[in-house]
Amino acid sequence: MKTLPSTDVLIIGSGWTGLLMAKELSGRTPLSITILERGRPRMAEYITGMDELEFFVRMHMMQDPSTDAIALRYNANERSRPVRQFGAFLPGTGVGGTGEHWGAVYPRLMPDCFEMYSKTVERYGKQKLPEDHSIQDWGITYDELEPYYARSEREVGISGKAGNLNGKKIEGGNVFEGWRSSEYPMPPTMVPYFPTLFGATAKSLGYHPFINATAIPSEEYTSPDGVTRPPCAFCGFCERTPCMIGAKAQPSSVYLPVVQKRKTVSLRTGVTVRRIIHEKGHEKGPNGGRARGVTYFDESGEEIFQPADLVILATYTLGNNHLLFLSGIGTPYDPSSGNGTLGKNLTHQLQFGVNVFMEKPLNRFMGAGGTGIRMADFDADVFDHSNVGFIRGGVIGATMTGVQPVSGFGELPRSLKVPRWGSAWKKASMEWYDRVANIGFGGEHIPYVGNYFDLDPTYKNPAGDPLLRMTINWRENERKLVEFMNSKMVEIGRAMGAKEVNPFPGYGNYDVTRYQSTHLQGGTIMAATPDRGVVNLHQQHWDISNLFVIGASTFPNSGAANPTPTILALTYRTADTLVDKYLKKPGMLA
Amino acid sequence: MRRRQFLVLSAASIGGVVVYSLDRRTSRIFAQEKSTQTLKIPLRFFTEEEALIVAAAAARIFPTDDSGPGAKEAGVVIYIDRQLGGPWGRDRFRYTQGPFDENAPREFGYQGKATPRETYRAGLATLKGFDKLSPEEQDKKLHEIENTHLFALLRQNAIEGMFSDPVHGGNVDMVGWQLVGFPGPRMSNRDDLTKHFGEAFRPKPISLEQAIGRKVRTAEDADQDSKS
Repeated sequence: MKTLPSTDVLIIGSGWTGLLMAKELSGRTPLSITILERGRPRMAEYITGMDELEFFVRMHMMQDPSTDAIALRYNANERSRPVRQFGAFLPGTGVGGTGEHWGAVYPRLMPDCFEMYSKTVERYGKQKLPEDHSIQDWGITYDELEPYYARSEREVGISGKAGNLNGKKIEGGNVFEGWRSSEYPMPPTMVPYFPTLFGATAKSLGYHPFINATAIPSEEYTSPDGVTRPPCAFCGFCERTPCMIGAKAQPSSVYLPVVQKRKTVSLRTGVTVRRIIHEKGHEKGPNGGRARGVTYFDESGEEIFQPADLVILATYTLGNNHLLFLSGIGTPYDPSSGNGTLGKNLTHQLQFGVNVFMEKPLNRFMGAGGTGIRMADFDADVFDHSNVGFIRGGVIGATMTGVQPVSGFGELPRSLKVPRWGSAWKKASMEWYDRVANIGFGGEHIPYVGNYFDLDPTYKNPAGDPLLRMTINWRENERKLVEFMNSKMVEIGRAMGAKEVNPFPGYGNYDVTRYQSTHLQGGTIMAATPDRGVVNLHQQHWDISNLFVIGASTFPNSGAANPTPTILALTYRTADTLVDKYLKKPGMLA
Repeated sequence: MRRRQFLVLSAASIGGVVVYSLDRRTSRIFAQEKSTQTLKIPLRFFTEEEALIVAAAAARIFPTDDSGPGAKEAGVVIYIDRQLGGPWGRDRFRYTQGPFDENAPREFGYQGKATPRETYRAGLATLKGFDKLSPEEQDKKLHEIENTHLFALLRQNAIEGMFSDPVHGGNVDMVGWQLVGFPGPRMSNRDDLTKHFGEAFRPKPISLEQAIGRKVRTAEDADQDSKS
C-alpha cells in the first residue's frame, strides 16, 4: 500500500465540523492539516440548484446509497433490510456535507436537555422514566456551553430575537429558552402569511410564539472572520438545495472561504476513508491506544495510507459510527448485558406535521429554511408531565420554506373522497394546491436500551465491508407524546379558521420512506467515565487519546432543537481544548 | 445498438411548439412537417409502441379536461423516456445488492430487484394495445393495475413530468406550473414575502434556463453523452 508523507492533523469529513476544526486549528497553530472528503468539491455555482427534480426529488446533494447504504431493523430478534433509497433522513455528501442542503433552523438545546435523567428524576421520581430507557446526563451543562453557542451564532450569522438575556425574560423572543449572554447578531427574518396567522392564533390562545431563529440573513452580514453574505431573497429553493446567492449559512459560505486562504490546509475530495489505523498499548493504562493515520480509497480506487499525529473524525452520525466499527475501535454495545459503549443511544429527533386547509391562497412558493413562527410552551419539561403518560416534549410551529409542485401537488382534505388519479383528483389537487400548509412539530427522542448501531451481518458495500445497521423503533413514550402534540396542533389549526384540519396519523413502526428529519444522533456518545460513553467530555476517544470524534454522534440524547447549533458549540469547545491544552501536552485529557 | 425509435405526435396536440431534444440538448422547435403537422421525437429508452402506451396511460392519470392541459400537452411521455434513459432509470443511485425481500413491510420502501427500466419494460409488455382502447376501457385497465409497482412509478413520473423544470423534457411551455400558479425559479421574493396576504400572487413563470440565461446540462443528458 502506498504511504503518503505524514500530516500533523487529519480531519475526516469537510462538513460543518470538519471545516470549523480546520479553520480554528489553522488560525491558531502552524500545524499541517489535511481534510479528506469522499464527495465532490463545492459546485462551481449553486444557481442550478433551483431544479426541484434534480435536487429535491433525485437528491443531488445526498449521500449515494449505491455506495453508502445502511441496514435497518426494528429489534434484535428480526432480520434487517437495507435502506435502498434514503427517505426518513437525508445525509449529504461533498464539500460542506449535510450543511449545504440543510434547513438552517438554529435553536439551542433547552438547558435541562443536558441533564434529562437527573432533572426528570428530581421532579417526578424514577418511576416516571420509561422501563427500557437508557437516558444519562451528558456530563457537561448548558451553562458551560453557553459561550460557545454565542460564538457560533456570531460566526455562522443568525437572525432571531432573544427571549432570555442573562435571565431577563423578553416578550417576543422564546421566553422558555435558556439564558443567553448576547442578543442574536441579526434581527429576525420577515414572516410570511401562514406563519403570521399561526403566530396571531397561538398568542390569542395564551401561548408564547416567537420568530424562529435561523441561519438565514435578514440583512447583509459580515462574520467576525470577515466573510460577507447577502440578505436572503426568499426564493423558496432552500431545503435539499444549496443557496443560489450564498445567503443561507452553509459550511461552504461560512468556513470554507477562510480555510481556503490558509496555506497549511489541504482539502482532498473524492477520497473515501476505509479504516482508522491504530495500535494498542501505546500509553500506560488500560486503554492507551494510538491512531497512526487512515487508509482511504482515492478516486481511482487505489487504497492509500495517510499517516497522521492527530485524527479528527468529523463526518455525519452514520459515518462516525461506521468508521469506528469497521476500524475495530472501542467496545461494541451489547443491549442484553448493557456492556460496551460503541453504538449505544441511537436517537432520531421526532418530526411530523398536521395539514391545515385554508380558505385563502398562501403563496407557498415564497420562503426560506426555518422562516416562520414557533412556540415552546410544550418543549422539554416546560409543562407539568405529572398527569400525562410520557416525559419530555417539543416545539410546535409554522414555517414557509418554499413549496415546489412535484412534491407539493396532491395534498387533499381527507373528507374529500376522490381517487388518487384522473380528472377529479387533478381538479381537487389544483383547487387545494396553494391553500394547504403544515403546522409542524419537532420533538425530543429519548434513548432506549434497544435502539443502537452495529454492523450488519448480511449486507455489504462495494468494497466488501459490512453496512452499518440501525436497530430502531418507536415506543410508548413517542406514541403518546405525538398524540398529545397532535391534538394541540389540531386545536390551533381550527382556531386559525381552517376549512379542514387533518391530524397526523400517529407513530406506528419506524418508517424509512417518510421524511422525518436528518437529525440522527448518538452511537459515539460522550460521558464522564469510559464505561458509559465512547468519548470524554472533550469529544476525545476514551481508548485513543489522539482521536477526537465530533458531531451529533456524541449526543447522549436528542433534543427537540435541531442539532447543528449544539454540534458547532461542542466543536468550538473542543477546538479550544485542543489548542489550549492537548497540543501543549498530548495525551488523555482530564 | 438498438434501432433508433421515434415517437410521432400530432403537433396540434402540443400547440405546435415543443421543447425536446434531437441532439440531446433542449431546444424549442416548430412542427417539422407542415403538411401533416406532426413531430418526430427521438426516443432514448422506449420503443414507439411502448411510448404510445405510456402517453395514453399518463393522459388518463393526469388528463386534459375543462380545468386545463394535462400529461399530453406537457409532453410527460418524453420526460419519462429521458428519465428511464438516464441514471434514475438504471438505478444508479439505489442500493441494489441482495438479498431482496420483496415482502418487506411498506415502511421499508421499495425493496425489489427490478430497476425502473425493467419495471417499465416488463409492465408495458402486459399492456399491449392499451393506447387503442377507449378512455373508459383504459381507466378500467388502470384500476386493475393500481396496486402494482409499475402504476406507482407511472403516477409519480406523470406528476414529475407535469411539474419539473422544462429542461427535463416535460412541463412544455410551463403548462404544469401555470395550472397551479408556480412561478419557477424566481430569483427574489424579498419585496413580496410580506405582501399579498390572503391574495393569490402569481408572477409569470420562468424556466431555469430563462432565469440563468444559458443552457443547463441535466443529469440524464450527461448520462447520454457519456455513453456516446
